Amino acid sequence: MDKIKILLLIIASLIFIPMANASELSLHGFLQTNYSVRVNDDNPQGAKQGNLILGEERAQLKASFYPQKSKIGAFVKSDFYHDWVEEDWAFDFREGYLDLMDDKFGLRVGRQIYTWGVGDLLFINDTFPKDWEAFFEGRPLEYLKIGADSLKLDIYSDKVCAEAVVMPFFEPDDLPSVGRFHFFDPYPNIPNRELEKPDSAFEKFGNMEYALRLYRYIGDFDVSAYAYKGFFRSPGMKADNFNSPSVISLFYPELAVYGLSAQRSALGGVVSTEYGYYDSLDDKSGNDPGINNSQSRFLIGYQKAFPDDFTVGIQYYGELMHQYSQYEDNLPSASAKRKELHQYITLRLTKLFKYQTVKLSLFTFYSPDEEDFLIIPEASYNFTDNLLGIIGMNIFAGAEDDTTFGQHKKDSNIYVTVRYSF
Amino acid sequence: MRISKILFFLSLSVALNPIVTLAVAENNLTAKEIIAKSRLAFYYAGDDGRAKISMELINKAGQKRIRELTMLRKDYEEGGEQKYFTYFHKPSDVKDTTFMVYKYPDRDDDRWLFIPSINLVKRIAANDKYASFVGSDFTYEDVSGRKPDEDNHTLLKEEKLSGKDCFVIESIPKGSSEYTKRISWIDEANFLPLKEEFYDKQNELYRQFEAQETKDINGILTVTKRVMKNIKTGHRTEVVFQDIEYNLGIEDSIFSERYLRRPPLEWIR
Repeated sequence: MDKIKILLLIIASLIFIPMANASELSLHGFLQTNYSVRVNDDNPQGAKQGNLILGEERAQLKASFYPQKSKIGAFVKSDFYHDWVEEDWAFDFREGYLDLMDDKFGLRVGRQIYTWGVGDLLFINDTFPKDWEAFFEGRPLEYLKIGADSLKLDIYSDKVCAEAVVMPFFEPDDLPSVGRFHFFDPYPNIPNRELEKPDSAFEKFGNMEYALRLYRYIGDFDVSAYAYKGFFRSPGMKADNFNSPSVISLFYPELAVYGLSAQRSALGGVVSTEYGYYDSLDDKSGNDPGINNSQSRFLIGYQKAFPDDFTVGIQYYGELMHQYSQYEDNLPSASAKRKELHQYITLRLTKLFKYQTVKLSLFTFYSPDEEDFLIIPEASYNFTDNLLGIIGMNIFAGAEDDTTFGQHKKDSNIYVTVRYSF
Repeated sequence: MRISKILFFLSLSVALNPIVTLAVAENNLTAKEIIAKSRLAFYYAGDDGRAKISMELINKAGQKRIRELTMLRKDYEEGGEQKYFTYFHKPSDVKDTTFMVYKYPDRDDDRWLFIPSINLVKRIAANDKYASFVGSDFTYEDVSGRKPDEDNHTLLKEEKLSGKDCFVIESIPKGSSEYTKRISWIDEANFLPLKEEFYDKQNELYRQFEAQETKDINGILTVTKRVMKNIKTGHRTEVVFQDIEYNLGIEDSIFSERYLRRPPLEWIR
């Protein structure tokens, strides 16, 4: 079966490549190898290949067809890869959509990636699905985002522009998984848990997810307003008794988010700010210990470029819990207790050398309340226009085992990527 | 050491004074006016413009990297505010990336970058203006121009370069700059820069610009082939402008987030 698919892909390529010279059709992609190895030998339970967190060879094909003087177009991006950890071959249909473009509106239907908001690796009003496991194991940044099967309507006007998205199929975040990462579990004695995913909107119309963004450029500011209605993308928990449960199940609680962002040049750099109110619709009272309380999330960021291709970015981010006393009153004994205000400070340093063929970068997350870190140093080199090599590390550290990054502190890893683009 | 340098410059400027006065009398133009006219001819041709630009980045060993892009430009004021929209065709790993700049005469640019693989429009801090443009030997300032009042200009002489009468002008930065001295050969007939030499702190030539081909595009003379060489590293960048058009009536709305995300196909092909 898989062999037939490969054959079809090769045949399709042979047909399409000669046509790719026509300016309307373009065919590109890459071949890539990507490995990530845990630096210590304390492997999590269920680790299939010892220290190997990620090992894969991957081919990506991207085809786009936008005929001249036509209002329609199409784009497809699909990966085919071999995974050494699962010892498996698989397709990964990354994106694929049809475009209809007009003067005052645009319509895009299909699987598409969205990135909203002004944070750098901190997402408030971007509630679209993400693959945090991919990010933590050192896959290229584009793999942090998961395509959402959706319909997007763009409305363009002089006053304000809008992106309105409907998503009939719920797609959760991919979180660090059993066998690849260590993580904190308050109930290790109950390994079997049902995971209940919301039915599609075709089965239950009320499950339709909506995301709206209004934006414009006002007096040197890029301003956006956002609204989202749908679900948390990381699961909440149901238990017969949270203090000594015998049955646990996981589900995705309902969520609405309302927010704003603004960005402009200031102080010799770029200043960004964003706010989002997370309305936890299934736990408005804040009493349910299995569901996140409502929160205000906010960030402020500043980036500045210095001579000789050196750039610095810093951000402060906070999550303020709204019913903290209810949270405290209902917190099960096994759970890690969070602070009322959970904060991150991030730093990004980027420096380019040798006609921008060499790039050294550092990104760090630090939480002063959870006392944990994620530090990502990376070096990349463009051997040629087509050949890129990347080596980097994800360094997890923390005072406790039950915090966001502290739970992965045995999973610090070194990753290598080599990509040939065509 | 420093005093002797100052004395040297003083004596130089005294020595040059008569020549400058002579030139002004002949052409009715000061060195600064020539530089200002040259900037308008080179960076503000037409009310707007489009070109497909191929850049070859060539290192000392002869290895080539290619940058192919379409650039749209709209002027809002002659010598003043401009907007740029750039779409990358090559290399393949940056294909479909777009880059937009609002350029202001008296403050930092506003810049936006669209990264197609994650569908992200990102506002980026204005680079140091001496940073390399897309890894080439051209700086951002070389690509978008420098205000004439940032340097003190002196007309050194007039001479022929490849058979063309040129003003030869020395420009010394008033503040800190990437170079300490620039010498420009400016075509007297059309004010296009035909050659520029950039000198470093040791007063050594380290970068050299040359216009290798000039064409008449709908009545506007345009440098269509240009080279920037780094004398010290042996690296050079050869640039060819093709499909050049001026006064297209590019709408203001093109320079917006909408078109960063969905490049205007009628303009970028």
